[in-house]
Amino acid sequence: MIRDALTYLTDPANWTGSAGMLVLLLQQLLLTVTALVAVLAVALPIALWLGHLGRGGFLAINISNIGRAVPTFAVLILLSIGPLGTQVLGPYGRAGLATLVALALFALPPIVTNSYVGVREVDHAVVDAAKGMGMTGWQVFWRVELRLALPLTVTGLRLALVQVWATATIAALVAGPGLGNVITAGFYRNNVGQGFAGAVVVAAVALVLEGLSALVEWLARPIRRRERNEAAPALA
Amino acid sequence: MTLLGLSAHASCYSLTVNHWLCGSYWVDRAGDLRAATVQHLEITVVSVLLGLAVAFPLSLLARRIGRLETGILGLSTMVYTIPSLALFPLLVPLTGISAKTIVIGLALYTLTILVRNILAGLRAVPAEVREAAVGMGYGRGRLLWAVELPLATPVIMAGLRVATVSTVALTTIGSILDYGGLGNLLYDGVQNDFKAEILAASVLCVALALVLDGILLGLQRLLMPWRRGQVAE
Repeated sequence: MIRDALTYLTDPANWTGSAGMLVLLLQQLLLTVTALVAVLAVALPIALWLGHLGRGGFLAINISNIGRAVPTFAVLILLSIGPLGTQVLGPYGRAGLATLVALALFALPPIVTNSYVGVREVDHAVVDAAKGMGMTGWQVFWRVELRLALPLTVTGLRLALVQVWATATIAALVAGPGLGNVITAGFYRNNVGQGFAGAVVVAAVALVLEGLSALVEWLARPIRRRERNEAAPALA
Repeated sequence: MTLLGLSAHASCYSLTVNHWLCGSYWVDRAGDLRAATVQHLEITVVSVLLGLAVAFPLSLLARRIGRLETGILGLSTMVYTIPSLALFPLLVPLTGISAKTIVIGLALYTLTILVRNILAGLRAVPAEVREAAVGMGYGRGRLLWAVELPLATPVIMAGLRVATVSTVALTTIGSILDYGGLGNLLYDGVQNDFKAEILAASVLCVALALVLDGILLGLQRLLMPWRRGQVAE
């Protein structure tokens, strides 16, 4: 079976062509990025501002709790068979719009919760000091809270990326686009080697995405820079 | 699955009508629904119990040997990164196409949450409490069992609830190997455009998650009678 998978992976014909893995990979990356950008553009500013106001925490927590109990699979089906299904959405393929909406829904909880909590958890002493210096509410938000909340916000983004990539894979179960099709086609047509090969590619890309976002997360940590600056003289 | 009910009085789940909400579907296919729910429940419960059985020694080991902690947490995070639709196929060479594959995959997913929460729960035990117990002559085993675990219960139970609710949702993906419980009905429903079946399976799935969460909440209250009356978590 692993040999079948290797044969599948090393055959260039499986990568190229209109239904090849490269096209499917691009489709899935496009879906993932679009969903994340949409959520970032709409929900992130709202969550951050609610954190600044200190309101709506109940909402943020509940969104993430409800999201956990509802199976991705069911959401995808309900959206694609319901009103959002059937259209072909350009490069997003069949069931593209339904998939996109489902992805955005599943990207919401980690992004909303983490950015909200990130702003809320900013040290009160720091906020008070900023106010004492005569900063307006907007200035406190823009110049103090936003920057200190950055690490947690980026962590939320990372969690969302993992979730969205996984959900985009599952879209294949509902005739959606993406690499999951290689897996489902393999298993439902008794070509287990192909299913395994698809799983390897999906998992590998997931790990690469996770690695990249871990790097971004590391870069977004303001403490890290200070640590390094302080560590240098201590060594000498 | 063939669709019956194309008779003179077409039932609400016949292909020509195909309502989302259909009472006679729930009655006529009660057997199917029950069998799928039982399979779903079995897979979920066995996976979470297996995850718990592995997470406990793993957490104790990580606590004892600091160097292992980074490795264990890193590895479980890596597993968590892999989409479920890919993780199950990746296990097939080891376990074949069976319910075992799904159970092991789901148990691996619970490890991320369980190990973290068990560690956090044990860490949160105040040092004075631990010292007092040692001063009273408690050995390592008794300290863990009689002092640390009871105090860590709220955090561990919170982790167990999150793990259980996520496992119920993830079990549906087991339908890729035909062991998905209610997920099998979902897949069948999407293949045949069978709306009543899809809605019924989705509703049962969410209900199952809520019921299990409620049971765990009740268990938590039972385990911690001193906390009764306070807000949980």
